[in-house]
Amino acid sequence: MSALLTQALHIALMLALAPLLVGLVRFLKARMQGRQGPHPLQPWRNLAKLVRKRPVLAEGASWISRAAPYAGFAAALAAASLVPSFARGMAFAAMADLLLLAGLLALGRAAIVLAGHDVGTAFGGLGAAREMSFATFAEPALLLAAATFAILAGTTAIEGILAAIQEGGLGLRISLGLAALAMMAVAIAENARIPVDNPATHLELTMVHEAMILEASGRHLALWEAAAALRLTLWLALLAALFLPFGMAPPGLAPLGWLVGLGIFALKMLALALALAAFESAIAKMRVFRVPEFLGAAMLLGLLAALLLFVSTRLA
Amino acid sequence: MLTAPLLLLIALCLLSGLSLVSPAVARHVPLGVAVAGAGFALLGIVALVAPDPVVWTLPFGPPGLPVRLALDGLSAWFLMLVGLVALAAGLGAPAAAPRRMQAALPLFLAGMVMTLLAADAATLLAGFEAMSLASFILVVGGQDSTDLRLAARRYLMFAALSVACLVPALGLMAAGAGDLGFAALRRAPPEGLVAACVMALVLVGAGSKAGLWPLHVWLPPAHAAAPAHVSALMSAAMTKVAAYVLARLLLDLAGPAQPLWFGVPLLVLGIVSAVAGALRANLEEDAKRLLACSTIENLGLILAAFGLALCFRAADLSAFAAMAAGAGLLLALAHAMFKTALFLAAGAVLQAAGSRRLDALGGLIHRMPWTAALALVGVLAAAGLPPLSGFAAEWLLLQGLLGAWRVGDLAFQLLGIAALAGAGLAVALGAAAMLRLFAMVFLGRPRTPRAAGALEAPAPLRAALLLTGFVTLLVGLFPGGFLALGAPALALLVRREADAGALALAAPEQAAHYAPLLAVGLLLAAGLLVRALIRRAGAPALVRGPAWDCGFAAPPPDLPFGDPATQPSAAGLAQPLRRMLGQPLLVVTEVVTMAPPGSPAPARLEAGFADPLESLALPALATARDRLAAGLDRLRDLTLRQALMLPFGALVALLALVAWLEAR
Amino acid sequence: MSGFGTPAYDVSHVLGGLVLLLSFMLLSQRRIPAMIGAFALQGAALAAAAGWQAHVQGAHELWITALIAFAAKTLLIPLALRAAVTRLGLSRAVEPALGIGPSLLAGIGLVGLSVMVVLPVTAGQAQPLARADLTFALSVVLLGLLTMITRRNALSQVIGLLSLENGLILAAVGVAGMPLVLELSTAALVLMLAVVAGVVAFQFRVRLATLDTAALDRARGGDAP
Repeated sequence: MSALLTQALHIALMLALAPLLVGLVRFLKARMQGRQGPHPLQPWRNLAKLVRKRPVLAEGASWISRAAPYAGFAAALAAASLVPSFARGMAFAAMADLLLLAGLLALGRAAIVLAGHDVGTAFGGLGAAREMSFATFAEPALLLAAATFAILAGTTAIEGILAAIQEGGLGLRISLGLAALAMMAVAIAENARIPVDNPATHLELTMVHEAMILEASGRHLALWEAAAALRLTLWLALLAALFLPFGMAPPGLAPLGWLVGLGIFALKMLALALALAAFESAIAKMRVFRVPEFLGAAMLLGLLAALLLFVSTRLA
Repeated sequence: MLTAPLLLLIALCLLSGLSLVSPAVARHVPLGVAVAGAGFALLGIVALVAPDPVVWTLPFGPPGLPVRLALDGLSAWFLMLVGLVALAAGLGAPAAAPRRMQAALPLFLAGMVMTLLAADAATLLAGFEAMSLASFILVVGGQDSTDLRLAARRYLMFAALSVACLVPALGLMAAGAGDLGFAALRRAPPEGLVAACVMALVLVGAGSKAGLWPLHVWLPPAHAAAPAHVSALMSAAMTKVAAYVLARLLLDLAGPAQPLWFGVPLLVLGIVSAVAGALRANLEEDAKRLLACSTIENLGLILAAFGLALCFRAADLSAFAAMAAGAGLLLALAHAMFKTALFLAAGAVLQAAGSRRLDALGGLIHRMPWTAALALVGVLAAAGLPPLSGFAAEWLLLQGLLGAWRVGDLAFQLLGIAALAGAGLAVALGAAAMLRLFAMVFLGRPRTPRAAGALEAPAPLRAALLLTGFVTLLVGLFPGGFLALGAPALALLVRREADAGALALAAPEQAAHYAPLLAVGLLLAAGLLVRALIRRAGAPALVRGPAWDCGFAAPPPDLPFGDPATQPSAAGLAQPLRRMLGQPLLVVTEVVTMAPPGSPAPARLEAGFADPLESLALPALATARDRLAAGLDRLRDLTLRQALMLPFGALVALLALVAWLEAR
Repeated sequence: MSGFGTPAYDVSHVLGGLVLLLSFMLLSQRRIPAMIGAFALQGAALAAAAGWQAHVQGAHELWITALIAFAAKTLLIPLALRAAVTRLGLSRAVEPALGIGPSLLAGIGLVGLSVMVVLPVTAGQAQPLARADLTFALSVVLLGLLTMITRRNALSQVIGLLSLENGLILAAVGVAGMPLVLELSTAALVLMLAVVAGVVAFQFRVRLATLDTAALDRARGGDAP
């Protein structure tokens, strides 16, 4: 019962937090770059406005352009409900494992790629082809980071990893640091942030994510934007849960523990948003054909992490 | 238990014979094959639910080589699979075809089933050969063209290689056992050097039939040249029969006492196959060749799963071995279903839009809505997306690879991590290839007038697509149930059952679960929730307008669907992966020819690739074959004395061999 | 004392891994100023590793090693290299002889090789701390050699040589009781080699107007690679 309550609260939190987080990152980036910046609540206002607008569908589009926004949002929400935020022991935690998370994110990606191809314009196809090529390198990198946890904690289930961290004491290990770097690179690629893609661009040659939703409008565009915000939130929550695992309320009914967990979670999200804004302001977007090097370096970090783990387990 | 399959086999042979004589029967051959397929599938399921390990010895056959048949767990699983594919392919086959093709189709199915039912080495080989020959007739039965001749030559060469390797392999195994029956072979497993030779020969022999790298070069041309239902049978069923032969010989008959290195070549070659096939599928511009390359990828993953099971068994991690073998079996079933669906859809598209080149299709979702929707199910399953069957099988395989570090050997642990990275790469590349296929064929705008005028596929083909879609969904939602159904097969392979409830897949000792029903429930609930929220916020009806595309001109009158050059082409969609991964693995070329200055002619960009094996290995083999043929040609010019010396020398050598064997 | 799981082991593991990671960074950079930055960071990490070993082993000579490593490798040598870069005008990116991806893969292979060599050879003969440090050290040495092989530019080859010496120092501080004399003489040898290489490179540049070592081959009459 308390598990269901925790899960419902978590889903509501994710839904409420996602556009706010996107707005916060934009605001912090603008301030760091010396600009005034939009209000952090602007994405919420945008969503409210878009939902009420009449969507315009291109003449060549099929039912895929109408169904894909819902599918993409559902996949993002399902994935977000699996990643713990302020408390452990949520209702769906039994099936929350890193491989299913990767699968749900792939499902969301397939929805947006198909929507990009549907209208039959050049940009949609261009963005879709580039997105799938980035995913080709991001998935093995994510798998190798998951392998580090599978070796350390013996499982890929997020609950199991959290239990191993809080009980066993995985120690300060370089492998965890390397896995963190790999996952951060994958998070940047998956969320279409600089240096992989520019989320604020409308220049043709630099669009990847924006290109695929170029034809969307009205509530369809609102759903795509909300799905992208949910994906950013879930990736930041995943990084916080795996690499900053303190402060989460234990399983069971504990309202005070939940409040403390919420506060600590908010602080973690703020810190990660600040780090993301600083990182995006500090470096430039790289060429599309250099992105495999970026993600390939993440893959190699994952390989190195696993290798170093084999060294330390043999020396134990 | 074996009466029914035997009767069906005899019926198939009779059907084949009668179709050569009577055109009325020939018209109904596909229907007969479909009915036989349904029968085999039912028999397979019954045999899995109520296993009956009786071995029948038939009264006919050469003396000393009695024909033995049995339907144990492993045979039953693959029989069910082949039966389902035959049912769908039979339903989706066109009624009119040349006489010899109609006659060969039942023989093809009969050959496959005989290989599956065989309980001794000779019957296995006989079925394997029948399967090869019948499919060869089916491949060359179409209209003559250079493509077809190339496909036929390569097919024959690799089929001959296949048998040339399987015969000594089985011979080596039987030499140790003294009898050809499987029961005797199981009691005397090979060891040491003999085991290594057997493994190498079986890998080449059965692996080439299954499309294992580097012996896969025959597969894309052959599967592309054959008609759609034959391609479906070859890709979805024949490759699985080859995988069955591999599993039977290496996992079951070679015994559980094999060392760790026994499974490593299969694992390595499987992963390399998967990556190479998936990458090539991304660069192909012909729909059926693309699907054939995707078959190479999936078979690579299946065989890697079996290789992993071998390694886990050697390290005494039987729970993980069961998981890996279960992943192989599940992926075989999943692939059989979605590949059949995709090949049948490609056949329907070829029939309706007149081409299988991706650059001549497009926008077919409007003209062929049912085919497109059912092909989408196949595409999403092939892309390994939850909650369909491809994801369930790949989840299990990846969990197995994530557990590879539990084997104590450091070199194997490093290999396991590299294999994990390779499998992830293959899965991601496969998803990209499948989405590209669906997008080029069904989405967008028509690229030729013929594509704009396509008609929906006929009802039987849609029924076949519905069947395969339904089974794909079923396997995706209840993978645990299917694994429990396949418990007899797993018991034969790894002497242990997989940990699987009916509703969820579980990774042993890793405390990870995959519950597809819950995942589907979660997705549906999320979708309905957001739809309700949006409805409440007031959802105005949508309107149609021209595409934006940052400024899109109205189409000219001669091209009502717009210039095809304003849509991505097949090579254009492949460009990121061609530039990023193409160069080291496939020899890619991009040639730009500019018009001379002052000329208004357009520049040309030609992008292509070549499989390095085709340009390196095949010419070398062709030279060797030519030299061998030239050498044998000299036999025609022998004098009388030399011609007499040949049989005399052979006789003396045989007598010496007998003397040596007697002396041992 | 310094078994698995204790803070002593954990921190030296992290610092050794950091030195290794910076070797990979050296391998993956295209521009020489970026390589110099990575080398300076590697010197700082090495100094930190030496300092931690001094603290854990209670060997006070190692503090001097840490200080020398910091002064030389983080401050002096990178400054000298940057001066050379400004004088020779080398800020352009140069494609390495072997692509970045394949050289990183080869680097991983070399790390795997050193793991598979060092662990069985030192089994039962050394403390876990020393064995881990020896693995890292051998990997850094091999990666330094790989950097030298896969670069065309003489200055980057010198940086590879210096990072190789970093690996030797890491091995020296990792094993308890290694005398400072041995380490100092190795350092002096490598430094002399670097000075000679620098002089040769300068002459090279002056005579042949390029720092591409393939030009040497052409000047000798052979085919350039």
